[in-house]
Parts: sequence; C-alpha cells; structure tokens
Amino acid sequence: MLELRGLTAGYGQFTALWDVGLRVAAGETVAIVGPNGAGKTTVMRVISGVLRPHAGDLIFDGESLAGRPAHEIVARGIAHVPEGRRIFPDLTVAENLRMGAFLPPARRAFAQSLERVQALFPILAERRRQRAGSLSGGEQQMLAIGRALMSRPRLILLDEPSLGLAPVMVLRLFDLIRRVRREGYTILIVEQNVRQVLRLADRAYLLEAGRLKMEGRSDELSEQEFVRKAYLGL
Amino acid sequence: MDPIFLAEAALNGVLLAGVLALLALGLNLIFGVLDIIWIAYVDLVTVGMYAVYFLVTDYGWPLWAAGLAAVGLGGLLGIAVHLLIISPLLTSPPVNQLLATGGLLFFLQSFMTLLWTTDHRSLRLSLPIIQAGGMFVPFTRLLSFGVAVLAVLGLYLFLTRTYMGTAIRAVSQDREAMRLMGADPQRVYLITSAVGGAMAGVAAALLIIQYPVHPYFGAAFGPLTFMICVLGGLGNMVGAFVASFILSEIISFGGVLLSTEMGYVLAFVLFIALMFARPGGILARRA
Amino acid sequence: MTRPRALAALLMVLIAALPLVPMGGMRQYALHVLVQIFIWSFIAGAWSLMGRFRLVSLGHGAFLGIGAYTSTLLWNVFGLTPWAGGLAAVAGAVAVAAVVGYPCYRLRVVGHYFVLVTLAVGEVVRLLIIAERGWTGGSLGLTLRPAPAQASLLAAQFADKRIFYYASVLVWLGGLAIWRRVDRSMARSAMEAIGEDETAAASVGIDVTRFKLGITALSAALTAGGGVLYAQYITYVSPETLSGIGVSLRIVFAAVLGGMYSLLGPTVGTALTIALSEYLRVTFGIRLIGMAETIYGLALILLIIFLPVGLYGGLEQVMRRAGAVRPGRRMTFLQTRKG
Repeated sequence: MLELRGLTAGYGQFTALWDVGLRVAAGETVAIVGPNGAGKTTVMRVISGVLRPHAGDLIFDGESLAGRPAHEIVARGIAHVPEGRRIFPDLTVAENLRMGAFLPPARRAFAQSLERVQALFPILAERRRQRAGSLSGGEQQMLAIGRALMSRPRLILLDEPSLGLAPVMVLRLFDLIRRVRREGYTILIVEQNVRQVLRLADRAYLLEAGRLKMEGRSDELSEQEFVRKAYLGL
Repeated sequence: MDPIFLAEAALNGVLLAGVLALLALGLNLIFGVLDIIWIAYVDLVTVGMYAVYFLVTDYGWPLWAAGLAAVGLGGLLGIAVHLLIISPLLTSPPVNQLLATGGLLFFLQSFMTLLWTTDHRSLRLSLPIIQAGGMFVPFTRLLSFGVAVLAVLGLYLFLTRTYMGTAIRAVSQDREAMRLMGADPQRVYLITSAVGGAMAGVAAALLIIQYPVHPYFGAAFGPLTFMICVLGGLGNMVGAFVASFILSEIISFGGVLLSTEMGYVLAFVLFIALMFARPGGILARRA
Repeated sequence: MTRPRALAALLMVLIAALPLVPMGGMRQYALHVLVQIFIWSFIAGAWSLMGRFRLVSLGHGAFLGIGAYTSTLLWNVFGLTPWAGGLAAVAGAVAVAAVVGYPCYRLRVVGHYFVLVTLAVGEVVRLLIIAERGWTGGSLGLTLRPAPAQASLLAAQFADKRIFYYASVLVWLGGLAIWRRVDRSMARSAMEAIGEDETAAASVGIDVTRFKLGITALSAALTAGGGVLYAQYITYVSPETLSGIGVSLRIVFAAVLGGMYSLLGPTVGTALTIALSEYLRVTFGIRLIGMAETIYGLALILLIIFLPVGLYGGLEQVMRRAGAVRPGRRMTFLQTRKG
C-alpha cells in the first residue's frame, strides 16, 4: 500500500533522512523505532506532506505522492496523528472531531464515522462538549486518533502516541490501537516504547541517525537486541 | 461635574465601543489565522467610508444599500490584499510582512489624497438627536451601536456554528494540525481575509454616519484599534470586545474632562501600563 | 593597501571633497539632499541595531520626536545650547526606552505584541505633542528660535549648509563605527543567541533582559541624537515629520530595503528611498498632490515583496558567489531570517 524509496529529506541545510526506504502492506501494522533524533518524526512529516523531500519517492496505492501538499495527501486516504497530539485546545471534543472530517467525502459520511469513533472511544462521546485542552493526556491521545479516523483514512500514521503518558495509560492506549487495527486500518507507528510496540506491530524498522539499520518481523526480532539498538544506537 | 454630563460621556463611550469592537475583531480574526497584522486595516475602512459617501451623495443610493455595497467591497478588498500582498510574503520574516502592510498604508492614504484631496466629507444626514433623562444621544450613534452589535453577533455565530467558522478557529489555534485535516490553507486564508474585509466594510458604513471621512482618518482610529487588539490579547476575540469598552470609556471621559487628544493619550498610557501587568492581554490565561 | 580599504578611502575623499566641486545653482539642493541622506542613514543604522536582533520597533518616531522636541524647546524657552539640550534629549529618549523596554523584556513581550507596543509608544508621543499645543505648537509645529550670528556655534545654527554637511558625515561615520563595534562584540553573539531561542539563551546564563535593554537604549540614544541634529538643520519640527507611524515606517523601510544585517545596508536603503522620494517630488510636486506619495508607497510594497534580503545584502551575496569578496563574519548573517 505504501512504499518509500530512497527518501532523503531535511530542514534547511540539515539532512535528517538519508536514502530511507520502507514498505507497508494493506492491513499491516508496521513500527519505526529508534533513538531520539533519528528522524522518525521526519519520516511521518514527509509522508503526510508537511515536509517536502529533497530526493526519493513516496508511493501510495501505486500513485506517487512526493512533494504533494498535505491536504491532497489526506484526500488520498492518509491520516497523520502528529507527535504531541496537536488537538485544538480551545475547541470542544465534538468540534475537534468535526474538524477531522473536513474533506467533503468525509463530511458526507460524518454521522457514520462519528458513531464508529465513539464506539471505539466511548469517552469521547461522554466528553463531547468539553474543551479539548482540559482533557487528560490519554484522553487527548484518543481524541487525536479519533479525529484522524474521522477523515476515513486507509493508512494511519501514529507519531509517538505514548509520549507523555503514564505507564498505565500507555497499556490502555496500545489496547485501543489494537482495537483500531482490528477494524481493518493499516497503521504505521513511530514509537519510543519498543517493548509495547513490538507486541503490537507485525513488522518493525530501526531508524538511526537518519538511516535504516534493521528490519524484520516482530516475532522474529530478538526483542533484546532490537531494544539495545534502539536505545543505545549501537 | 454634572453627573448627567458624566453619564452621557459614559453612554457615548459604550456606543463608540460598538464600532471599535468591530474593527478590533476584524483585525484579530486575520491575525489569529494568518499571524500577520494588517497595519493598513483602518485605511481599508476609510476606503469603505468613501464608497458609502459617494454612493449616497453622488448616486443617490439609500443608506442601507450603500452600506451593503461597502460590506461587499470590503470583502473584495480583503481578498485582494491577501492575494497581492500577503500571499507572496507568507514565508518572509515578520518585519517584511509588517512593512508590506505598512507600505499599503502609505499607498492608500496618498492614493485617496490624490483622488479626493484632503477635504473632510460628511454625509448630510438629518437624523434626530434623542433626548433621554437629560442626556443627548445622537441617533446615528445608537444606530451604529445596534448594527455593530448585530455584526459582532453574526461573526460569533459564524465562528461557532458554521463549519468554516470552526475551521477558522481551529487554524488560529494550530495551523499545521489543520493542514493534516485536509484543509487547504489558502482557502481558509482567503475566506478569513474576506470576512475581515467585510467587517471593515460594516465599520465603514457605521463610521461615515458619525464622522467625516478624509484620507488620514486611519491615523486617528488605526493606533486605537491596535491597542485594543493587544490589550484584549492578540487573537482573543472576547478580550478584544472587553478591551474596546475599556478604552473607549477612557477616551470618552478623558475627552470630556480634559481634551480629545488627552483622552487618547490617557487611553494609550493606560494601555502601556496594562501591557505590563498582563502582557498576554487582560483576559490571557497566563498572566 | 587592500582593495576594499582603498575603495573606502577613495569614497571618503569623494565625500569630503564634494562641497568643493563646482555645481552652480545645484549645490544647495545637492547638499540638502545629501545631508538628509547622511542623517537618516545614521538613524536607520540606529534602528537596525535593534532590528537585526528581532526587536522590530515601529515606534522609533518616539525617540526622534523626543530628541528633536526636547532640544528645540530647551533652546526656544530657556536658551539652553543644543549641545547640552541634545544630551538632555538623548537622556530623555533612553529613559523612555528603559521604562518601556524593561517590563517588556522582563515579561517576555515578544513578536507582534512587541511591535504593537512600540507602535503605541510612537503614537503616544505624537499625540502628546499635538495635545500639548500650548507649548509644543501642536500640529503646526515649532520653529527653532533663530540665534544671532555671534552665537551661531553655541546655538548650533549655521547658515552655511557645508557645515551641516560635514557634521552629518561625521555623525554618519560615528554611527558606522558604533555599528561595527556592536557587530564585533560579545553582545552580538549573545543577542544572536537570544534572537534564535530566548529560553535556551537564558538557560546558558545570558542575561536576556540586560542585553535587550542595552541594545534598545543604544538605539534610542542614537536615534534621538539624529533627531536633534535634524532639528538643528531644518530648524523646524512637527509631530508628523518627527514622530508617529509614518516616519517610523520610513526608517524601517530604509533599513530593511538596504539590508539590515550589513554595515552599509541602512545607508544604501536610505539613499535609495530618499532619492526615490525626491525624484517623485520633483517630478510631480505641486501638479498632482498625492501622486508622488502614491507611487512611493507602491514602490515600497513592490520592493519589499521582491527584494526580501535588501539591496545591499543581495549585492553582497551576488559578489560573494562571484568570488569577488572574501566571506567575513558579517556575511553569515545575510540570509533571510524565517519569522
């Protein structure tokens, strides 16, 4: 479904990614792990169109999307849940979800999508009139994911969803992501929490200093070796 | 001091606040979404004022029709400003953006001088002066206050009840996240600029019935509008609303007790003092 | 002697010799324009001391006004020589800068907020001048009381434009020297760091408030000095020409269009804008009131859209790429800064 080839990207003079290539097949959940500053968020930003790559290609369902603006990429079916959640703090939960369905096709199916999201995350129905900025970290993460689901994507990009969450919340979060996965969504997830994400994902890539160092099926990967490499970057 | 006199000043302050709020909200709206201050905003209002003036005086249009035309013109001007001046500079340093809208101020003021000279022009309206409880209130003031309140209400409903309005609020809170929702930023900017411009048009119609228009009208109301925006918290609509009342009361009282200019000076000085107590604006969440 | 040094020396000789060149009737006009260019270049340079560190002020008219009106009033009313009056004026401007700057910087008023505060200050000064028309003359302005010929030096009033010419050249050179001093000092690096990331700078121990105040005070002082000199030269002050948003914007335009990150940028920008303004005034003058200003405004808009790095900055970049100029420390700060 998604393929990155030879992707090189960066910010100004600084190159964050060198010749990165990866694949995500429909229905799969794929993880990207790596130490801080490895460029994981940069990969996400290139895929969702927020950042233009210097070189390389990004192919989604056979169509090349490199360099396209963000709103076109969302229209093609890729939803990005950004690092730090980035919900709209002064809008209500309900309004945040409405914003997720900005595009016309999503707007037409709004009621359906809303029902689905509220079934997955009942707390969002409960708190729908609450100001989003006053939600707890875990609730905001759910809102961010729910909001992304409102655009009826086929591929969901999750950027560091466990960031800033208490350990108990993290476990709950990964359960919820498993539920999303069971709905049939394809997920590409960037995570610091290697242990949890390897339990969730089918395959994983290790990104370090902008380059892909390792790849494999998560059941085949030695968790310890992967963890060592991810955290110590050896 | 005669209490009736003071009460009249207070009332005038309230009535003035209506239109000032309109100006401040328009400017705030644009700033909130685009992160750019249109320094020439009140000069766009001046253009609108001339439009109403000429339509009524030279073409005999009824006032309400000319007012509507001004609103439409304002919307168009807003779009034009965005496309011609703001869009090319979206990624430029803020000082360049400010200079561009500042240059627009020069251009508009001198262009209007070129076209229409510096003569003050006022609409010859014979609207009554209402007398109530010993106070004299011009009907024009009441009318403009009423319309301004309606316009503010309209804006509020637009921003909270419509999809586009909510999207505009969202963009002002997090522009990049909104892009991830599939929103084309250019479209949001254009609509925002049009709405901001339209509000300037409404303000123009309301101001021309109270004040004479001349090319340098913006020199009086412009800085005042900026002060209100900052005092209320840049981007904060409710704050701007409250701040416009505070400042216009000060101007009204100061004008009555001292002199018109000193009234303005007092307002400005208070503004600077309040800036330090609450640099984020009086209603800012963090002091 | 190295090439740039030789060029600079040649330029200085030209500047010094200019008033001696036979020009017939044009001389007075040429000197007049040149004096203005040097004075306003000096002021633009003073502004750019703040501007290059992301302290964008749209209220420098306040310092100009305080400077010009203080020295003029002290002379007119008390007969105090502008040499001393000027010092008082500068002190006044610095005081205002400190009073406004300190809370701003302490409370982290930055970005557009800061710009609007400066706008407010500039307008307050203008309105104060107009309001206190009893002794300031209000919108009609104030004329410098003429001094008897023997007191010419004491009153710093000279009939001969050439004296003002050389005075303004000296002041301009002084401004350049100060600019270079700031450029080369530790303050510069500190301010750069603050400009990039205030919190980070503060955490490294840089006293953010002190640096910002220092630069602001310096900028205010120099600007006020420029105002005093201008008042002495023109012998007439008015709130529109020496305070408020109009003159503040013009200064900023000159500095940015010329290139505020380079030494001669503000000078180039000022020369350009004054030349343009004079040309338009002469061409259209009385025939079509407002035409000159309209084209000027339009030109400014177009220039800022199409020349973001400023003329001088752009020129330096081109020359550097052509290998004509060796990159020095100055050059690294020519890139357009993203907000």
